[in-house]
Amino acid sequence: MAQDKLNKNVKIDVEDILKDLESYEPRRRGWTWRKKDPDLEMGPFAYRDLAEPLAQSTGLPSSKYFDYMDPQPSETITTEIASGRFEDDIRRMRMGAWHGADHIMVIRTMGQSHIDGLIEGTPAGIGGVPITRKQVRAQRKALDLIEDEVGRPINYHSYVSGVAGPDVAVMFAEEGMNGAHQDPQYNVLYRNINCVRSFVDACESKKIMTWANIAQIDGAHNANATAREAWKVMPELIVQHAINSLFSEKVGMKPENICLSTVPPTAPPAPCVFLDLPYAVALRDYMDRYKMRAQMNTKYMEASAREATVTHVLNLLISKLTRADIQSTITPDEGRNVPWHIYNVEACDTAKQTLVGLDGLMDMVSLKDDGPLREQSREIKERACLFMEEIAEIGGYFKAVEEGFFVDSGKYPERNGDGIARKTDGGTGYGFIFERDEDYMAPVTAHFGYNNVEQYGGDPNDPAALIGGCTFEDRSKIVFVDELDEEDNVHVRMKETEKYRHSTLVKPEMEWMADGIVMMNMFIPEEKRTAEVVAVEIGKKLGLIEPEVINTEVMQAAEGTRIELKGRVGFDIDVADLVIPPEPRYLSDQEIRDDVDAYPLKIVCGTVGEDEHSVGLREIIDIKHGGIERFGMEIHYLGTSVPVEKLVDAAVELKAEAILASTIISHDNIHYKNMKRLHELAVEKGIRDDIIILAGGTQVVAEEALKTGIDAGFGRNTKGIDVATALIEKRREKRNQ
Amino acid sequence: MKRADDFQERRKHLAGMTDQELYEHFWAVTGQVVDPLIELGKKNTTPSIERAVLMRMGISSQKTQAIVEGCMDKGLMGKGAGHCVYKLSKAKNIGLREAGDLLAEGKGWDEVAAMFKGGK
Repeated sequence: MAQDKLNKNVKIDVEDILKDLESYEPRRRGWTWRKKDPDLEMGPFAYRDLAEPLAQSTGLPSSKYFDYMDPQPSETITTEIASGRFEDDIRRMRMGAWHGADHIMVIRTMGQSHIDGLIEGTPAGIGGVPITRKQVRAQRKALDLIEDEVGRPINYHSYVSGVAGPDVAVMFAEEGMNGAHQDPQYNVLYRNINCVRSFVDACESKKIMTWANIAQIDGAHNANATAREAWKVMPELIVQHAINSLFSEKVGMKPENICLSTVPPTAPPAPCVFLDLPYAVALRDYMDRYKMRAQMNTKYMEASAREATVTHVLNLLISKLTRADIQSTITPDEGRNVPWHIYNVEACDTAKQTLVGLDGLMDMVSLKDDGPLREQSREIKERACLFMEEIAEIGGYFKAVEEGFFVDSGKYPERNGDGIARKTDGGTGYGFIFERDEDYMAPVTAHFGYNNVEQYGGDPNDPAALIGGCTFEDRSKIVFVDELDEEDNVHVRMKETEKYRHSTLVKPEMEWMADGIVMMNMFIPEEKRTAEVVAVEIGKKLGLIEPEVINTEVMQAAEGTRIELKGRVGFDIDVADLVIPPEPRYLSDQEIRDDVDAYPLKIVCGTVGEDEHSVGLREIIDIKHGGIERFGMEIHYLGTSVPVEKLVDAAVELKAEAILASTIISHDNIHYKNMKRLHELAVEKGIRDDIIILAGGTQVVAEEALKTGIDAGFGRNTKGIDVATALIEKRREKRNQ
Repeated sequence: MKRADDFQERRKHLAGMTDQELYEHFWAVTGQVVDPLIELGKKNTTPSIERAVLMRMGISSQKTQAIVEGCMDKGLMGKGAGHCVYKLSKAKNIGLREAGDLLAEGKGWDEVAAMFKGGK
């Protein structure tokens, strides 16, 4: 039976998604913004800038202290997913959505810009996914299930660019795509597609996107990533945004569907907020009609995920201090590999964590109306204005492109002569621009420009009526093309990983199902170069296939180096062969209290051995930490560095029912030795049958503790409720005996 | 081209503008840059635009390029590829998809070309 609803504890069935795609119909067209809730209250807090929460989601790790609540920022959060295998990306999309992404952007495979026409079927991609009707349908169908599961619409997004922009736009409109990149300047500057062709095509693409209510994101931020000194291209960035935005508006696009892709241009060690904030303000001053898609900086990304994350948090601060409607995320591992599942999720969490953490900030602080912020912002705006003036003066956009105005590393009007220059009569697609004759005609909806349907008695306001409606009115006219290549398609690829879907075999993965990739962190006490070679050797000895250092950070030139190493494992784990202990279960507070009321419970406890740690045990006991005192148990705390003999003697003397021993130090297995000694002493004193002995500590493994003869052991992250549950259950067992 | 930063010199005519005036001026100049680009789009067509027209007429992406190439060979791009399909379908009293199939196979082009020469 086809899955019509996801169960959070069951993997999404990608094979099922791929069935019956020829009859799939998208449930809606167009972009959906989050629903803001300015009066949101969650847990003990009142929020100011957030959106309605999700029906199901995964909160931040620390949400466990807040009853797992997961407040959602009001900004749409983007995650970019395209590993080259769209079938595996579907699973990553679900993970992203659970962590708060509601804008899923799919990167195209390398070279798709230069393919003259649509790609069909599901071939594998490089650095992205070949965007095809079947792939789009499959992912949109999966996202329908996922958005129902999390309880918020998910916007799906890819690119309308290259020499087949209008073809792709039609397919996107038909398939319910919600957002798309569209910026002819990107084609011109970075793909060397003829500039006239790019703009003529863009008119049609934008008209189609307008009909489908697709939100548009521009491509200006690429100038930032390409320029040698990114902070100098701010005037140009504004010019690029303005050209594409006004051009789109003149085609007919609604301003609220025009989103500017803007990146804070710099990163530490540059004083980035001081440089980026005036730019952000200048941009938003000029572009007040449009939406802001705030992207994170990639220009200065190195292999350190930590460093990237801090830069991205600073970018989020700029978003918060100014305005962002869509907050895009860059995976912090993008500087070292094709993004992995876990880093898509990390990036979404970084955005969510920061934006929720900054909730209400602008009700407390404001940007100064004078001083360097406004002065620099005004200067950037003037420089941008001068740039635009010069384009007009020299004869227009194409002339400016020919003269290398764009992506010049000089801070305009300074010019360094290193801009990207493209000839009006050159580039891909040159020579393929045809003037429309007087009787030119195209009997379809959302066609831009001159269109003489009247010659056949047609209605210019509804040209498609001439043919009884086009595919935009009548979906049955859409031609679904399935696989064209018998070898290179999703079904062949999935056959290779079939056993991991239909057996109990498991392999770790980062990008694709069963890719076997794992990452290891280590500190090697050697200088950098030696450390790298040592790390690879460690990987080999551990049996990793193709171990490779993906990040190196010097702790001190001579003392050593931090290494992150990746490699693949060549084996599977069969879950059927494993004994998986069940998750601990807890009694309710009330049940524990009732038991203690009926059978008062006296406990002696202390940190044993020569060990001055008290925090762990106090957390278990103290009422203020949610410890077991709150259940009315009578606690006799003997302190730290308590000899085990003293604990047992106290238990005898007080007629206690339980001993609670904390044992932090694990050197020479002293923690287990102490447990064994406790058990043996209790036996010697003749109280073992009457007393419950529990022990815990950060290095304690429950199974190992049991082997020492005590009743239960507790490791890291133990809470009072774990101990209380064990005490009550052990007591019940004893009573029943 | 290399040029030193002559911002202070160039900005003189902007210096006296209020932020609002600068805003309006900036968008007015942007309009001057953008308008000719829009005009180009109104007057011209391209292979990808014509393919996108054919797709909306219900013709498979597998056929659109062949039809557009036929149009270019016959000098009929100025008429519109969708127009060619439309004309053939009317003339032969067949469906648009069937007409598209014929043209994609290289058939019917002489008939289409002749119809355009004979008037519209």
